[in-house]
Amino acid sequence: MEKLMLLGDEALAQGALDAGISGAYAYPGTPSTEIMEYIQRSKQAIEQKVHRTWSSNEKTAVESAIGMSYAGKRTIVCMKHVGLNVAADPFMNSAFTGANGGLLVVVADDPSMHSSQNEQDSRFYGKFALIPVLEPSNQQECYDMVFNGLTLSEKYHVPVLLRLTTRLSHSRAGITTRQTLPPNQLHFPEDPNQFMLLPAFARKKYKNLIALQNDFLKESATSVFNKKHESEENRRLGIIACGLAYNYLMENFAGKQIPYPILKICQYPVPVEAVTELYNSCESLLILEEGMPIVEEMVKGFSWSGTKPIKGRLDGTIPRDGELNPNIVARALGLPDKVGADIPDVVAPRPPQLCIGCPHADSYLALNEALKEYGKGHVFSDIGCYTLGFMPPYQAINSCVDMGASITMAKGAADAGLYPAVAVIGDSTFAHSGMTGLLDCVYEKANVVIVILDNSTTGMTGGQAYTAAGHLEDICIGLGVEKEHIRVFVPLKKNFDEMVQIYKEEIAYDGVSVVIPRRECVQTLKKKNKMEE
Amino acid sequence: MKKDIILAGVGGQGILTIATLIGYAALKRGWNLKQAEVHGMSQRGGDVQSHLRLSDEPIWSDLIPFGKADIILSVEPMEALRYLPYLSDEGWVITNSTPFNNIAKYPEIADIHNRVKEIKNHILIDADSIAKEVKANRSMNIVMLGAATKQLGFEPDELKEAIKTIFSKKGDVIVEANLRALEAGLQLG
Ligand SMILES: Cc1ncc(C[n+]2csc(CCOP(=O)(O)OP(=O)(O)O)c2C)c(N)n1
Ligand code: SF4
Repeated sequence: MEKLMLLGDEALAQGALDAGISGAYAYPGTPSTEIMEYIQRSKQAIEQKVHRTWSSNEKTAVESAIGMSYAGKRTIVCMKHVGLNVAADPFMNSAFTGANGGLLVVVADDPSMHSSQNEQDSRFYGKFALIPVLEPSNQQECYDMVFNGLTLSEKYHVPVLLRLTTRLSHSRAGITTRQTLPPNQLHFPEDPNQFMLLPAFARKKYKNLIALQNDFLKESATSVFNKKHESEENRRLGIIACGLAYNYLMENFAGKQIPYPILKICQYPVPVEAVTELYNSCESLLILEEGMPIVEEMVKGFSWSGTKPIKGRLDGTIPRDGELNPNIVARALGLPDKVGADIPDVVAPRPPQLCIGCPHADSYLALNEALKEYGKGHVFSDIGCYTLGFMPPYQAINSCVDMGASITMAKGAADAGLYPAVAVIGDSTFAHSGMTGLLDCVYEKANVVIVILDNSTTGMTGGQAYTAAGHLEDICIGLGVEKEHIRVFVPLKKNFDEMVQIYKEEIAYDGVSVVIPRRECVQTLKKKNKMEE
Repeated sequence: MKKDIILAGVGGQGILTIATLIGYAALKRGWNLKQAEVHGMSQRGGDVQSHLRLSDEPIWSDLIPFGKADIILSVEPMEALRYLPYLSDEGWVITNSTPFNNIAKYPEIADIHNRVKEIKNHILIDADSIAKEVKANRSMNIVMLGAATKQLGFEPDELKEAIKTIFSKKGDVIVEANLRALEAGLQLG
């Protein structure tokens, strides 16, 4: 078998291709983006005719994946953690419908918020939906778990959640591949009403899902990914290490005998019996989790728990927020922990910023000029490269909450009487979840100016294609925006006066205006030119 | 044998190319490797780093523990200092001296250089100028790789082979330029 050097994301993608998926669905989002990008580059995916086009957002992606599963084929759907919030409705309901073809929902969490607006732990979603969760601790498990996940999904007809975290998604290591499985044939679900969630059906399905919990527990108890290291030497402390935390634990004992009994958990539901045994056989427990203290809370809540000390994020042994690292784990174990010299005072921060020549810079400078007479506080923005317009020298925006919120927040503020109320949203973000908000504005003729920054790409995540490209005006017209209030310009220094004028005219208009600054992202332009060379 | 290497720089300066070349040479030796990269927001002109771990034993953590790095190899002098908490007592800081100034208040460069010189094991070279001298303007990162070769524990030939293989798609001119850059760096390492 071949040995490949792959990122965790890529190992997972290769696993999916080898496990015979017929389609991958996704909307980009760090740290999950590289999964789909790998599949899109893969010759194997082309040969196997695997569906691999970006979706408009995570909700449409999950729904498409449910449809592919209905049709009997294997599929994965990938997103970052906040994407699962967007897709929560189909995700939760898919636990009720269950799967026909294997359905693996892959979610990459970003503890420490390297590139995210919040920190959340998707294992909660798995528990919430009552479905099995896989959490790889290394790149090989990323690869292998796709096989196990899809098999589990088809065995019990349930979707399975696979949870990644940033450091694994974006770290490279060697993996060994397996023999490729053939894709499924198109076939209907055995029960023609499997995907029919009318209340009468749904009630039965819920009972069925609850009945499956014992099976899922048995699967966890016997899973190859959950392991016990026995140690008779020292019963003072038992350690539970989940996912990536296991590596940080092992790092501290590399090449040495591990003096404590350890339970590695990479498949959920939590294998309760093994946890109980560990608790009973040790004087105290240390629980290591990359993310929120979900296992720790569970253990503390068990009826048998309460007398022995349980250490983790809740009692302060480990910081309550942020990702783990080997040093945090060393300190939790009471091992010597030596850090190098402090970062010298002379080192200045180097925050990310808009690229030189970025079209957003020109759009913001003109917007600032047009809004000067009204003072600060009028611009609702969104998530993308253009969020960097918050930084000096622009300081042009006042909010960034969740994808699409710029438009609807501007509307809410306008409803409250704020004037002007301006929304600045990226083109990909608009396609993701700006359109319905714009319809709300049109429906009520809200007094808002919506600026859609058209750089013809999804810039922040590295320049992916998006579904509304080339159709922005048509979409706005279709949603009911008046043609004469859809204004397009090229954001360039030399057009400064024209841009300011257009902004001012549309601010003056009492109704819905859409302004579209249109110039390609300099990074994607560079890439294109390189390819043509 | 193990080497824990922090590669440092600014988004777009080419540290991942260095990682790929070292990785290639390490795999040729049959070593294990883990390489944690920074993707996403920071790549927009922010500080970026990569944790590159090589060993003939199994490697557990994707991150190098603080205080354990054998080498900080940086293509920018201020960025070299940003990762000092990772450096071990006997570790080396090998850095380019040319600043990449994309921030409002870049510190006095002399202060940065002086702090680098306080580090027991350090190599501070003007890789930008050296790359230009050998007519390999865009290979400053490979000059740095050359300067670090000895501390990395590789033979020059191993890295030359890596360059020939990895850059072969880009044509002979690019391969030759990078070999010149490596050679120039080797002289200063
Ligand atoms: C629900 C959700 N999905 C995905 C992301 C990741 N993400 C942040 S910004 C962005 C795209 C931004 O593209 P665009 O709106 O075109 O702006 P640009 O970066 O090109 O300026 C993505 C995919 C996210 N933050 N939230
Ligand atoms: S990647 Fe493109 S959109 Fe993002 S800052 Fe750079 S030029 Fe602007």
